[in-house]
Amino acid sequence: MTSLLSLDRVSKRFRGLVAVDAVSFAVPEGGIFAVIGPNGAGKTTLFNMIAGAMAPDAGSIAFAGAPIAGLMPDAVCRRGVARTFQLVRPFPALSVEDNVIVGALLRRRDVDAARERAHALLRRFDLFDRCRQPASSLTLPDRKRLEVVRALATEPKLLLLDEMLAGLRPTEIDRMVAILRELNSESGLTILLIEHVMRAVMALASRVLVLDHGTVIAEGAPEAVVRDPAVVRSYLGAETL
Amino acid sequence: MTAVAIGRAADGVRRRNAVLLVVLLAALLAAPWLVNDYLLTVMIVILYSAFTGQAWNIMMGFAGQLSLGHALYAGLGAYVSAVLFTKFGIDPWLGFLVSVPVAALSGAIIGFLAFRFGVSGVYFAILTIAFAEFARIGFDHLSLVNAAAGLFLPVAQYGHNDLLRLRGDPTMFYYVILAATVVAFALCRFLIGSRIGYYWLAIREDEQAARSAGIDTFRCKMYAVTISAAITSFAGVFYAFFYNNLFPEQVFGIGRSIEMILGPVIGGVGTLFGPILGSFLLTGLAETLDSALAAAGLDVPGAKEVFYGVCLLIVIVALPDGVWPPLARRLGLDKDKR
Repeated sequence: MTSLLSLDRVSKRFRGLVAVDAVSFAVPEGGIFAVIGPNGAGKTTLFNMIAGAMAPDAGSIAFAGAPIAGLMPDAVCRRGVARTFQLVRPFPALSVEDNVIVGALLRRRDVDAARERAHALLRRFDLFDRCRQPASSLTLPDRKRLEVVRALATEPKLLLLDEMLAGLRPTEIDRMVAILRELNSESGLTILLIEHVMRAVMALASRVLVLDHGTVIAEGAPEAVVRDPAVVRSYLGAETL
Repeated sequence: MTAVAIGRAADGVRRRNAVLLVVLLAALLAAPWLVNDYLLTVMIVILYSAFTGQAWNIMMGFAGQLSLGHALYAGLGAYVSAVLFTKFGIDPWLGFLVSVPVAALSGAIIGFLAFRFGVSGVYFAILTIAFAEFARIGFDHLSLVNAAAGLFLPVAQYGHNDLLRLRGDPTMFYYVILAATVVAFALCRFLIGSRIGYYWLAIREDEQAARSAGIDTFRCKMYAVTISAAITSFAGVFYAFFYNNLFPEQVFGIGRSIEMILGPVIGGVGTLFGPILGSFLLTGLAETLDSALAAAGLDVPGAKEVFYGVCLLIVIVALPDGVWPPLARRLGLDKDKR
């Protein structure tokens, strides 16, 4: 399998603190890749560098064969990388429909065509009933789903999900996991996710990377990684086994 | 709700909106036959305020960029067209074609400086005030426009209305500003339903999220400030030929900029009807107050400003979204585009 996204010794420093320290990994095309690790391990910083929200201090990031490190977020999105935020950020005063239309307009100039596309996506994610409601009136699970829909509307090749499942109930998690799996298997969408919910990581990911204090402490298949003593010590704790 | 039901509800709203528009337009078209000269002048002031409010609303209401220096663009429009007319004999409509790029360019320069270097929020607002003040002080010393002594347009008694030179009676000016307001309204309606309109709203709501959705926010904000400045410049052309005198102190003063934002703030920022409704309420009531005071033989300097302040207070406390959104809900018009 070729890699869609590859990072080569990417580092980020905040004054004295090294948030991400020479991290390298490759996300295979069509795969679901999970990044796990304790709070403050540098996961979101890593995400922000991939999505263009901040530029790495050192190292390179390549997407579909071209370097993207240091590009602005909108340029990264136009190349086919869509993201969600850890704390959801739908456009609050806009209707659910309009939120998705904004995303869909990236690949089509015509508003009616974008609306059609938005409706198709909203139906698929069971949000069509709430089309006309302002996004601010949705419940947290719905807002999270809306953010995924908005990201998908930009027709990405790679979807970055930042703790999409945190704060959801188990049934909602299962539903989201099923949706993401379907997207991955049907359209071949590559997914890179940061996640704390190990149940979902085990169910979804084909490959897992473990970060701790900004460095990679393990990488591999999920079953192997959770048995890694270093991972158990720093992150999972003995009781998860 | 099914798709059909949603579609039907939207159709109903659209029909009610169309009816409201037609009734409003018919009333405004008939106004010169229904009101006396004094009231017609008040109507001109109201429509002028609705027009500038509509233009300002593109920046603040749509794209979320607070400008407190819109007097700059109107002032440039006024001075450019007036100088071309008085010194070179160029007709105001041609002058307007010159003032549009001048105002748009100055808007683009301010926008470029601010958006390129990440000046936003109140700091952006302060920057817009600063540029309007530069213009005020600069024009105060510019001999081409007679500096602080003021620029006067020849007022001749015309037997007939000369629309080409914008010389004529209040009825002609009334129809000119009415047409301009209709055009501005239609333009805003078109813009907000188009791709750039959606992008502006996204930027207003959350700029970072907008960028992550692939929106080139710098370019979109530049469009907003340039279009808004270009539209506002027409108000200046109208102002110059309606009042026939221009003083930098008056034209570029911060009071002018504040007056422009009062209509949309009272009526509802970001709505299409808000600037119009707000202008009618505010200017209408202020003029009523003025004439009531005059009739009572009272001379109260600053009464209008105090009245504006009270109106603002009431709206901020009781109707923070402006008067139009709750009124639209009451009339069953709220399901239309924002």
